[in-house]
Amino acid sequence: MLEQIINWFPEWARPFIMPMLTIAIVLQVNLGVCSYLILLERKLSAWMQDRIGPNRVGPWGLLQPVADMLKLLLKEDVIPGHVNKFLYVLAPGISVFTTMLAFAVVPFGPVPRNLSATDGQFPYIIAPGVDLGLVFIFAVTSLAVYGIILGGWASNNKYSALGAMRASAQVVSYEIPLGMSVVGLALLTGSMSIEKILLHQADAGILGWNIWFQPLACVIFFAAAMAEAQRLPFDLSECEQELVGGWHTEYSAMKWGLFFLGEYTHVITISFLTSILFFGGWHFPWIAEPDSQYLGSTLVKVLVLLTKSFAFIIVIQMLRWTIPRFRFDQLMGLAWKVLIPLATLNVVCVMIVKQFHLNEWWLLPMSAALFLGAGLIGTQSSRPFARRTSEPVAEAHGHHAHAH
Amino acid sequence: MPINPKDIEWVEEPAMNFWESTYLPAVFDGLRTTGQHVADFHPVTEFYPEQKPDLPSHYRGVHRLNRDDKGRVKCVACMMCATACPARCIDIVAQDAPKDDPHWADRDKFPKSFVIDELKCIYCGMCEEACPVDSIELTNIFDLTGMSRQEMMFDKEKLLSVFDQTKDSAHNPVRTHKGKLGHASDFTNLHTLGPATSVRADDRSAKANSAGVIE
Ligand code: SF4
Ligand code: SF4
Repeated sequence: MLEQIINWFPEWARPFIMPMLTIAIVLQVNLGVCSYLILLERKLSAWMQDRIGPNRVGPWGLLQPVADMLKLLLKEDVIPGHVNKFLYVLAPGISVFTTMLAFAVVPFGPVPRNLSATDGQFPYIIAPGVDLGLVFIFAVTSLAVYGIILGGWASNNKYSALGAMRASAQVVSYEIPLGMSVVGLALLTGSMSIEKILLHQADAGILGWNIWFQPLACVIFFAAAMAEAQRLPFDLSECEQELVGGWHTEYSAMKWGLFFLGEYTHVITISFLTSILFFGGWHFPWIAEPDSQYLGSTLVKVLVLLTKSFAFIIVIQMLRWTIPRFRFDQLMGLAWKVLIPLATLNVVCVMIVKQFHLNEWWLLPMSAALFLGAGLIGTQSSRPFARRTSEPVAEAHGHHAHAH
Repeated sequence: MPINPKDIEWVEEPAMNFWESTYLPAVFDGLRTTGQHVADFHPVTEFYPEQKPDLPSHYRGVHRLNRDDKGRVKCVACMMCATACPARCIDIVAQDAPKDDPHWADRDKFPKSFVIDELKCIYCGMCEEACPVDSIELTNIFDLTGMSRQEMMFDKEKLLSVFDQTKDSAHNPVRTHKGKLGHASDFTNLHTLGPATSVRADDRSAKANSAGVIE
């Protein structure tokens, strides 16, 4: 049916129809989902803290997102006098644009294997067939930091500037473990295309999910991605106790809302990626196999993927209200001293397995060994640096101290 | 003077054990705690405007002026509360009780006007402590609002109406147990003190035996 509709259009326009439709759907769903995720997060935090949470607007507070949205739209749009107007207005746009763009290569359902833009099959991905999907995502999501830096800089406010500086340092550092952690997947699958990685796992069954071979990479990926999205416990760039509001201190109304939207879209992307890269995407034994052809099987596959992603969103939100924020040196230490070496060694392990044609299951004990080894080094190495000398004041006040 | 290094005690962070230094067990432990709160959900918050908080009876809220058994204001305009008040927010104008009226036979004075500025008040309860006849008391009404400052100046009528509203509530018991007015009103049993301020010769306290008077 969709094919007939496409054929009404002139030849040159046909390849654009399905992507346009997909973009429209993804955008709308994303907006709705984001606003309800905010409600969910507020409810979840309330439940964890033995509160009730938003409950006034509509039954169980279900209309709260509508009220929030209206408030953000109707609020006075303040542009402070001391800001650089062009960059100030541009920054939230960049923030949303890049996170949305990253979603373009994330499949949100069973992508048909032989897809052409004009055959009327719903693609379940905005940009099908991007062979460098992984690289594209990391390239684009790290551009999101431009929104933050520009916003912080243009605000002409020291808190914003400090937040932006932190954000840039953080994103640059966590970019590396993030990229490193998925190199192993690319090696195992032999492709950088997210769809191919998904299909590879689906074809191999539940014991072919990458989580069995790359559990360490999964943890590293998840942590680094959360840092990349500036989610607690890695939200040093907007930590309220030190920086008022961080880089969005000067923002209000819908411009602030756009930053928020960007952050939540990023969270959604992370969750989709984690479930696709490590947990088999839409694959689930028996009910959603690659060859299941029963009526509604496509819908079931979409639902499976959505459920997995939703589970990760919940985990991310629970982590936010569970773990206290890192100190900045701890944050950097975690990236450079822990995650990057571990991710690199993990890649080495995959290379060894590939090179010597070992069974892929060797990767599981290897990951475990790396993890335990890191813990062992952690117990040994961190101590001497933390110890202070016995006479700290004597150093600081040279001649005074010698007088006693 | 520099601090003697011997006096400095450095508190070292405790060494992390193996599992702690791998981070993850601590994360899961935290998740378990928060997860348990979600699974076993007992909110401690209340639906405030619908559900009033259960305040203890010693909560210090809006004042009231108690009535005596004849329904008159119990206050004898002694100014003790106004004197004790650290915020100086009580303004009393005393009036002589009509001498020939049997209704007022047991009183020398009563307040002609009695105004408390509820905005200035710090709700310390000193006035209640000071009052010799337990006339002024703090109720547990806490949600006091008004449209103007003038509205928050509580006069005698308003304070008496607060008494009428609250006297029967379980949380605001009338705390007087003695005498018609209060323990201080039992003139015959009490040693009165000499008048601290000048009083007219026909005032009862001027005539009373008191600790300061040697007969
Ligand atoms: S509660 Fe304290 S501040 Fe308020 S009127 Fe009484 S003595 Fe004054
Ligand atoms: S202390 Fe009691 S009796 Fe004296 S003026 Fe104040 S309220 Fe009236």
